[in-house]
Amino acid sequence: MAKEDYEIVIGLEVHCELSTKTKIFCSCPTDFGGEPNTHCCPVCMAMPGALPVLNEKVVEYAVKAGLATNCNIEKNSKNDRKNYFYPDNPKSYQISQFDKPLCYDGFVTIETDKGEKQIRIERIHIEEDAGKLNHDDYGRGSFVDLNRAGVPLIEVVSKPDMRSAIEAESYMRKLKSIFEYIGISDCKMQEGSLRADVNVSVRKKGTEQLGTRTEMKNMNSFRSIVRAINYEAERQIEIIENGGDITQETLRWDDISGKTFSMRDKEDAEDYRYFPEPDLVSIKLSDTYIENIKGNLPELPESRKKRYLEEFGLTEKAANFVTSSKYYSNLFEEAIEICHNPKTVGNLLMSDIARILNEREEEPEDLKFTGKELGELVILIDQGTISSAIAKKVLEELFNEVKMPSDIIQEKGWIQISDEGAIKEIVVKILEANPQSIIDFKAGKSKALGFLVGQAMKETKGKANPQMLNKLFLEELKK
Amino acid sequence: MELYEYTVHELVKKLENGEVTSTDITKSYLDRIKEKDPQVKAYVSVLEEKALAKAKQVDDNRKAGTPVSQFAGIPIGIKDNMCMTGIRTTCSSKMLENFIAPYDATVIEKFNKEDMVYLGKLNMDEFAMGSSTEYSAFFKTANPWDLSRVPGGSSGGSAAAVAAEMAPWALGSDTGGSIRQPASLCGVVGLKPTYGLVSRYGLVAFASSLDQIGPITKDVTDAAMLLNLIAGHDNKDATSINIEKKDYTQSLINNVKGMKIGLPKEYLGEGINEEVKQAILDVAKKYEELGATVEECSLDVGKYATAVYYIIACAEASSNLGRFDGIRYGYRTEKFNDLRDIYKNSRSEGFGPEVKRRIILGTYVLSSGYYDAYYKKAQKVRTVIKNAYDTLFEKYDILLTPTSPTTAFKMGEKSNNPLEMYLADIYTVPVNIGGLPGMSIPCALDSKGMPIGFQLIGKAFDETTIFKAAYTYEQNTNFRENKPTFKGGEK
Repeated sequence: MAKEDYEIVIGLEVHCELSTKTKIFCSCPTDFGGEPNTHCCPVCMAMPGALPVLNEKVVEYAVKAGLATNCNIEKNSKNDRKNYFYPDNPKSYQISQFDKPLCYDGFVTIETDKGEKQIRIERIHIEEDAGKLNHDDYGRGSFVDLNRAGVPLIEVVSKPDMRSAIEAESYMRKLKSIFEYIGISDCKMQEGSLRADVNVSVRKKGTEQLGTRTEMKNMNSFRSIVRAINYEAERQIEIIENGGDITQETLRWDDISGKTFSMRDKEDAEDYRYFPEPDLVSIKLSDTYIENIKGNLPELPESRKKRYLEEFGLTEKAANFVTSSKYYSNLFEEAIEICHNPKTVGNLLMSDIARILNEREEEPEDLKFTGKELGELVILIDQGTISSAIAKKVLEELFNEVKMPSDIIQEKGWIQISDEGAIKEIVVKILEANPQSIIDFKAGKSKALGFLVGQAMKETKGKANPQMLNKLFLEELKK
Repeated sequence: MELYEYTVHELVKKLENGEVTSTDITKSYLDRIKEKDPQVKAYVSVLEEKALAKAKQVDDNRKAGTPVSQFAGIPIGIKDNMCMTGIRTTCSSKMLENFIAPYDATVIEKFNKEDMVYLGKLNMDEFAMGSSTEYSAFFKTANPWDLSRVPGGSSGGSAAAVAAEMAPWALGSDTGGSIRQPASLCGVVGLKPTYGLVSRYGLVAFASSLDQIGPITKDVTDAAMLLNLIAGHDNKDATSINIEKKDYTQSLINNVKGMKIGLPKEYLGEGINEEVKQAILDVAKKYEELGATVEECSLDVGKYATAVYYIIACAEASSNLGRFDGIRYGYRTEKFNDLRDIYKNSRSEGFGPEVKRRIILGTYVLSSGYYDAYYKKAQKVRTVIKNAYDTLFEKYDILLTPTSPTTAFKMGEKSNNPLEMYLADIYTVPVNIGGLPGMSIPCALDSKGMPIGFQLIGKAFDETTIFKAAYTYEQNTNFRENKPTFKGGEK
């Protein structure tokens, strides 16, 4: 059988660090970085006798996440202990949730090439992050840093509803976008505040039964998630095609070699001995509490998209793109407030801004300029002060240094030449240098006009007003 | 009369009158410790210098006319499982032999605010697991009434120190009887407050849903005063209850007329020593004489309490003691090649046999496949026991039982038989399962001259009724005329 006869089945467990000011069970700061073991106290260092107290903000953020992903909210929830030994786990148990997660049975909608698709969410629960082990480069051992220990997390467990690496990426991007919109996390993948355990299995197309899955732990970039899924699916198909069986195991994805390696198989799977956390009381939520959070949720991407289609007449594609990130969407709204030209702002975002971000390997949250700059840029285009070619160059500049576009074009001398006398001079000069084009044009070859305009643009380094050039060339040629 | 012979409420008066100084009192106790502790061995650490410095500071303040709190300069002994900044907190375990706590338990913070004087840290069964203090990794503590006998446990050091007048009062902790049973065996007063009344923050956890800190004192009045000092909501302990603070000394009323006392018959059945049984019946009679009604009742489900206790307590302990892993603090093995060795060898070498036994039991009952049959079932039975208490309290104001089925046993008598040792707590364990308050009050000596205690069990957060009943008994009897003899030390 060929690769095409197989279907990939993917489920994701997404871990997202919540951006509460303090940790989940103590009042230490959650800030990333810091000298090792400086954001710590007896509670998060698991000193003998220290006790956890649940940070209510964590519950609120998790309920927000649940409501924004169409989940039911468990009104009678609790914390449980997950017991295992590891040096980054100072209590030798992680306080998590076992059988009563705060949120359950939700879904998010993703765009696929076959249209919209719902990915079901099984549960969202709260838990604490572990510390970090810093392995010494000189082989002197490992050092435990507990700054991250006790930073609040939500774990979002999907159903195995994704059928390609692209769908998995879209799902993860969608979660990231929603969590950014509702402001519960900074979702910085490079800092590990958004990461996923990826479960992959394959099965023959048309069959119902799930294949044996493998799990790749702690994936923290979209690129590696896509690569790892594709690699792992191919590896599994090859094993099956050669008559082998897939081992249920935990894998480590190595980004450099582009391969997965076995960490542990099901045989040495740990028994976590979950039991209710006796140091904490149960989490009881009232209807009023939940309704209150629901009422205060910010506008979500679906609703913004609808508004952009209806109020601003954006295309489906542009509306999808602009709402794909809170950062795009907020930039868009700020900019049109200034320039009142949603189409051009949308197009700049979708084409040039996205392209430059991609070239720089950056994400929308890395954008430094604001709607103020972008709005002025569009005004300058609309007024004919600059051409769209110059606009691209101004954008490139904005990525390097945030300045008002009007100042940039002043400094760089990029103001569009719209003075009729000046343009006429150029037109005459170009025509004198290209007599053959005049002959061609008169012979009915309209392409010649384009060539001449191009030459004039080259001469003026793109600064000449293209409409005016067209008009004057035509006038001269028809003389 | 020596200063160490007084109760705290008497010492407070003497300080207020200016009759004595805190330094006088502190020195009296330190001298007594020097005299008696080589025999009794109640203290793991004696904090002589710190104690004298603190006493002097309080005396200076008093002299200068600076307002001081009621208990400023009063000495106290602390069970060695409560954290005190800069002080060794060992839990009588090799695991924490050199552990210096970096923070104060909430009860200690409260004492600091009062400017109280710490005499030292008191011996216990390792990690509070045991009923004789023989499971201390350092040394055995002796019973001041007969040095060849155990003081009970796990707060054996605290009870022996108060009985031997090496501390005017002390803190203990009680998970299944660890305050009341040693109080009973040493002839002093011990109270386990309602679960949630006293903050557990800084108490090294044994079983989180059962542990509670409480007073061990010479008399009932001191117990009320000490409970006043330590009770109250703490936002560092999610299980501490936020209720209005009471003044328990207001409950020290010499009157039990009309009080309805239940006497559960199961507590006087099989396994109880005849002399203990007779002493409890005498207490019942005394209460009737004083105007209370005493009626036999039944707490049949109580017989499951010990089984439930050893499942829940061990399950929680197996998890709570996971943090002693040799990584960040405490004992670390010298023999290791990899991480697994560090865990395995540090824990094998650092924990004693009883602690290991309970970790293994607890790990087993939480294991997948056994969880439902043990842990879950035990939680269900726990609810049944709680409900049975509730039913009894619809009818009675308070329950009267023995604290322990026997008086103090000989050292070594039960230390190799864990099951028999576990039975030393059969009358106290159900109270922890129910989360209720229970107090042991001394009432008699047996024919060998060993103290017998009775237990009063109250409704949740109704320490008030216990104090009233205990105080009335104490005011109308004279156990405190007996003093420990320190006999049996020669062998």
